[in-house]
Amino acid sequence: MTWRPRLADGTAPVLVVLVVLLVALAFAGPAYAEPAGYLALLKRAAPLMILAIGQYFVVVSGGYDLSVGSLVTAEVVIAARLVDGDDANTSWVIALLLGFGVLVGLVNGLITTKLLVPSFIVTLGVLLVLDGAVFLWTGGAPRGALSPSFRTFGRGGIDVPVLGQVPWSVLILLVVLVAAALFMRGGTGRTLLAVGDNDTAVRLAGGRVDRLRLIAFVLSGLLAALAAILLAGFAGVSAQVGNGLEFRAITAVVLGGVLLGGGRGSVVAAAAGALSLEALFSLLNLLGVSGALESAVQGLIIIAAVAYAARGTGLRRVLQPREPEPVTS
Amino acid sequence: MNVRLEGITKSFLGVTVLRGVDLELRAGEVHALVGENGAGKSTLLKVLAGVHRPDSGRILLDGKEVSFGTPRDAHAAGISIIHQEFNLLEHRSVAENVFLGREPVRRGQVDRRSMEAETRRLLDWLGVGTIDPATAVARLSVAQRQVVEIVKALSADAGVLAMDEPTAALADHEVELLYALVGRLRERGMAILYVSHRMREVFDLSRRITVLKDGAFVATSATGDITSDQLVRQMVGRPLEALYPERGNAAGDVRLALSAAGNGRVRDLTFEVRAGEIVGLAGLQGSGRSATARAIWGVEPFATGSVAVDGVPVRVDRPRTAVRAGIGYVTEDRKDEGLALRQSVKDNVLLVRRAALRGAAARRAADLTELLESVTVTARGPHQEVRYLSGGNQQKVVLGKWLAVEPRVLIVDEPTRGIDVGAKQAVYRLLRDLAGGGVAILMISSELPELIGMSDRILVMHEGAVAGELPAGASEEAVIRLATGHGIGDAA
Repeated sequence: MTWRPRLADGTAPVLVVLVVLLVALAFAGPAYAEPAGYLALLKRAAPLMILAIGQYFVVVSGGYDLSVGSLVTAEVVIAARLVDGDDANTSWVIALLLGFGVLVGLVNGLITTKLLVPSFIVTLGVLLVLDGAVFLWTGGAPRGALSPSFRTFGRGGIDVPVLGQVPWSVLILLVVLVAAALFMRGGTGRTLLAVGDNDTAVRLAGGRVDRLRLIAFVLSGLLAALAAILLAGFAGVSAQVGNGLEFRAITAVVLGGVLLGGGRGSVVAAAAGALSLEALFSLLNLLGVSGALESAVQGLIIIAAVAYAARGTGLRRVLQPREPEPVTS
Repeated sequence: MNVRLEGITKSFLGVTVLRGVDLELRAGEVHALVGENGAGKSTLLKVLAGVHRPDSGRILLDGKEVSFGTPRDAHAAGISIIHQEFNLLEHRSVAENVFLGREPVRRGQVDRRSMEAETRRLLDWLGVGTIDPATAVARLSVAQRQVVEIVKALSADAGVLAMDEPTAALADHEVELLYALVGRLRERGMAILYVSHRMREVFDLSRRITVLKDGAFVATSATGDITSDQLVRQMVGRPLEALYPERGNAAGDVRLALSAAGNGRVRDLTFEVRAGEIVGLAGLQGSGRSATARAIWGVEPFATGSVAVDGVPVRVDRPRTAVRAGIGYVTEDRKDEGLALRQSVKDNVLLVRRAALRGAAARRAADLTELLESVTVTARGPHQEVRYLSGGNQQKVVLGKWLAVEPRVLIVDEPTRGIDVGAKQAVYRLLRDLAGGGVAILMISSELPELIGMSDRILVMHEGAVAGELPAGASEEAVIRLATGHGIGDAA
């Protein structure tokens, strides 16, 4: 068997969209005349891309994770309070934040798999619980502050020959993306896809379906914590920092051609979906469209992307009766 | 109603699926349509149903040429089709389904009473008064749902009824009921087009048989003038001299041993399957054949007794432990339990290996390259999604999934259900080769000729227990006697 590059089903459109947007940016704004402009875009997009990668694991295994937005908020608020402006606190707080992400993922995953509550409901509930808890704890205004070393991950960079200064967040994103892509190529990742497609078949093949689903939620929680660390440094501390991010991540994943309900899609495409979304917002901004329209645009995108996917399969069914003819069999 | 299809040709994206097919249905006749997978039966049915418009050719109803733009047109002209997957709304009542889209209205409201009365009348006429028109379809059995489809066609005053593999999902005794219903419809003057893979039904029911092969018309014969051998030859285009491969040599060591094993559905199972042996498991629906397989497999584990693989006792409480003990299980339900349809051939073949094995066990497993080549049956290679494959090729992928972990014991449940003769033969050869390689095979099948043709010996189950054992080449009568609860003594 010779190796040839393959695109997962449904991946091609998002790559086209992304390229078109990136080219359009170059025409629309002078900042995009050189690589630095695109690096800044990547830096801005990194938290959403990381969230989309986490969301991808859950969606592709047949679920949703709506808790990530308020998890991001909770993480940021906790970080500010615990770091309290002191560099000495940075490392243990980061460890604790990642641990909290894992914990929320475990809760989501265990309730979904053991109590058989649909993930849509479980994570919606966790979203509300985290929201309420943050509000109760902060009274609406977060206390404390981040330390300079904490903020480096979201703001700072490292000097790289040729490219100039590369933001830490972009490097972290690349590591996450490569690790996620490798994971999805491996046995566990492929089995996770199969779970989203037909969990009975996986169970009868001796697979541990519950454990795989749990892994997906834990990865989503962990990556949400990571995104929160980057966002906190980049955007600062507020009790609204994570608002709406869960839907933005789901929009990104759908835009990446990942099938809601599971079983199809690539993680790289999901990340590309997030980058496209961010590029689109930048473009609209450059064209002078009000930022208030962002959520309306996002709403249209998610409907259009799902409609496109549905139309795609519908058309295919008309054009190619399944070869040769399994129905009569 | 008489229907004539003349020179129907249809192609999709340049691939010709039907080439000049002729078919004539007469009022009051059951006309069987047979052919291998991909022969064009479904497409022809869809042309008749108005789903596909033919590229060329004519459709004549009682001598008048018609043209159907949509399924609605065909339906209005009196043509009803019952597909394998029923078109019923599960959460509505029988009567609501029967009158779907043409509900009688009285004072601005749906007239539930007259709907139910009419449905009741039709059910009674068919002789199935046991179905209540007010019941939700979700509560009905598969056979009862089929009756609802038939009533739907009747109530729409259909003159032509096409049935696609109507018995594929039915239990043996339900087939008898279907025979009776088809008989009544015929007497009423309906023209019935009956698509089936099962030779016995085709010969029992039809007056004429039309064979398609590769999208082309082969022949229409009066049922009395043709033997089943001749028919198979027309379908495959070559004689199938030896459908079943020759049996192997003497059996080897005991691989699978059950001792007094039982649970809520089966009891006191004590038998062995040896390396190189294919043991058939026969019995009526509900006799415990599949329950036995599922218990060995750990889906509904045994509560009592013991199971040993290669002399080592194993406690199988879920499929994972079964895989790791060296047992493989090809389920009877390929689409719901066997395959992840959106995944590629390769990912499906690797499914068990990835899902259940780790480390050394996974590395020890079979070499993939050769395996993939043997199950990769299309030009598009191992990356094609399995949902695009035909039933026969899908079944090869399911088998490949187990071959990839080199099981010592393989249980196959209805391994050739819904696949054509050529693919069946390939599956038979594969199973026999596996046995030759030292695998112990336990085979379940409802098709007695197949079970008898393949098995080295047959265990017959009755009411959850083994009623007796028969040697290779036993007669169908002997199997049925045991399966229906008559002693082995009568069988002699």
